[in-house]
Amino acid sequence: MIDAPSSTWFTTNPHWQWYIVCYFFLGGLAGGCYFIAALIDQFGRVEDRPLARIGYYVAFPAVLISGLLLTVDLSRPLRFWHMLIERNTLQPMIKPWSPMSFGSWALMIFGIFTFLSFMGAIAEEKSYRWPSFQRLRFPVFSAVRPPTIGGKIVALLGGIAGLFIAGYTGVLLAVTNRPIWADTPLLGMLFTVSAASTSAALLMLLGQRYGWRTLPGMAALQRMDGLVLALELLVLIAVCVSLGSALHGWLNVWGGLLIGGVVVPGILIPLVMSWRHRHQARPNFATLAMLVLIGGFLLRVVVIFSSEMI
Amino acid sequence: MAEPMGFYTDTTVCIGCKACEVACKTWNQLPATDGGANTMSGDSYDNTRQLDGIHWRHVKFIEQFPESRQDGRWLLMSDVCKHCVRAGCLEVCPTGAIIRTEFDTVVIQSDTCNGCRDCISACPFGVIDINPVSGTAQKCTLCYDRLQNGLEPACSKACPTDSIQFGTISELKARAEKRVAQLHALGEKRAHLYGADDTMLGGLNSFYLLVDRPEVYGLPPDPKLPSRNLVTGSVFTLAGAILVGLAGLFSFRDRGRSEVRP
Repeated sequence: MIDAPSSTWFTTNPHWQWYIVCYFFLGGLAGGCYFIAALIDQFGRVEDRPLARIGYYVAFPAVLISGLLLTVDLSRPLRFWHMLIERNTLQPMIKPWSPMSFGSWALMIFGIFTFLSFMGAIAEEKSYRWPSFQRLRFPVFSAVRPPTIGGKIVALLGGIAGLFIAGYTGVLLAVTNRPIWADTPLLGMLFTVSAASTSAALLMLLGQRYGWRTLPGMAALQRMDGLVLALELLVLIAVCVSLGSALHGWLNVWGGLLIGGVVVPGILIPLVMSWRHRHQARPNFATLAMLVLIGGFLLRVVVIFSSEMI
Repeated sequence: MAEPMGFYTDTTVCIGCKACEVACKTWNQLPATDGGANTMSGDSYDNTRQLDGIHWRHVKFIEQFPESRQDGRWLLMSDVCKHCVRAGCLEVCPTGAIIRTEFDTVVIQSDTCNGCRDCISACPFGVIDINPVSGTAQKCTLCYDRLQNGLEPACSKACPTDSIQFGTISELKARAEKRVAQLHALGEKRAHLYGADDTMLGGLNSFYLLVDRPEVYGLPPDPKLPSRNLVTGSVFTLAGAILVGLAGLFSFRDRGRSEVRP
């Protein structure tokens, strides 16, 4: 303690472990996939709409699981509603300056957008995978599917909420007094960029799985992934610089995992593969996407556990 | 609001008897570690190790001896929640479970807390943790129930040397400053107050007289509020979101050059 690199070393860890790691990863995917789907809806071509639908199909279940993970992580899960309603007065409980309070509301609001877009995507689907869905009609939800005005508004607001969900978790960590988390203000930026790279990778993976390798949107996704991966590398370097003496917290096995599990296989190798794919007629997105997804998950493992273990 | 109340702990007269720990546990009905199993920490005479959900008082034993053992001293300190005037835990609590009382102390309402543990990570002193019995975050309440009934907190009442003193903050500060002057006059020039003035988190309603650097006692030299990163963190996150948005726009609007060939 006498030689602690910063005052944050004198604090206690909050026991945020695997549930939170999984939430950060899934929440990032939900936000990122929704944002990209909204982007495709607003600016993509008509033939790319199946890719957008996949984004909405990912976002809604991911938000549901996220909410479940956050609830079971509470020491008193049945009191999850205390995050939204003040227990004594039954008035809305919101603290804009508390990322956890604000994030709880944002997650609920984003959940509404993901539900609307999820149902809109189902309504649009021409051939349902499951016969039971053929009997259902969703005229209301067709109205929330772009290019309708309602659909554009939902996609725009949901896309903004998605980016918020992708990044606020980093701000939540920064607004603590824990080593590493509170020693840099850049974790929110890192998580936003990482959510975008993992989401683009997941959509590429699913796009290839459904045989849409030649859709123009797949090339756009690959280009976007290359850009945000390069950005992620720069932000990660900036995080290390901004940590200053607190970087000491990564001079151990977690630093090794950061380089050996995130930077090299999760960012650098996919960047090289992405560049090579540009010159291939039928690129295989699966390996690239898997590496990015694993790297994104390990990034959250490193950020959470490197501080938890101090 | 009543006049702010708190603790002044003069570490130079602490004898490490742990009467404060026992009184705190007894009054607040806090369970023992591991059901009371007799486990040694291996760290001097310390066997409770830390402040947490079931240890709201903790006596620290710091041995300062050279290898020759010819000289040296013990530093003893009864640690507790600092009841910060600007409290990080209260700032972040998303449920409103943490409140400031009429005595200017900080209390966690156990029936409202849902155990999100944000306060644990926000406390600059590592004071709070989950009580496994209640499943909620807990810490010293400065005996809020006793204060409401005109009684002194259990720990200061039990302290046999008056190392822990309870009273109004203004009175305690005057007493502490007099004691520092006395120690300086006696040659102990290292004596100083930790958290007595408002430069540290607006002032600590539980402040200390120390005779070494704060970090020697396991206290942060420069405790800060968690909200210090809120604005900068949000701005950088927004910048990240804008960059991601631009990357997406660029990729989906200008993709003719690198389309995958069918």
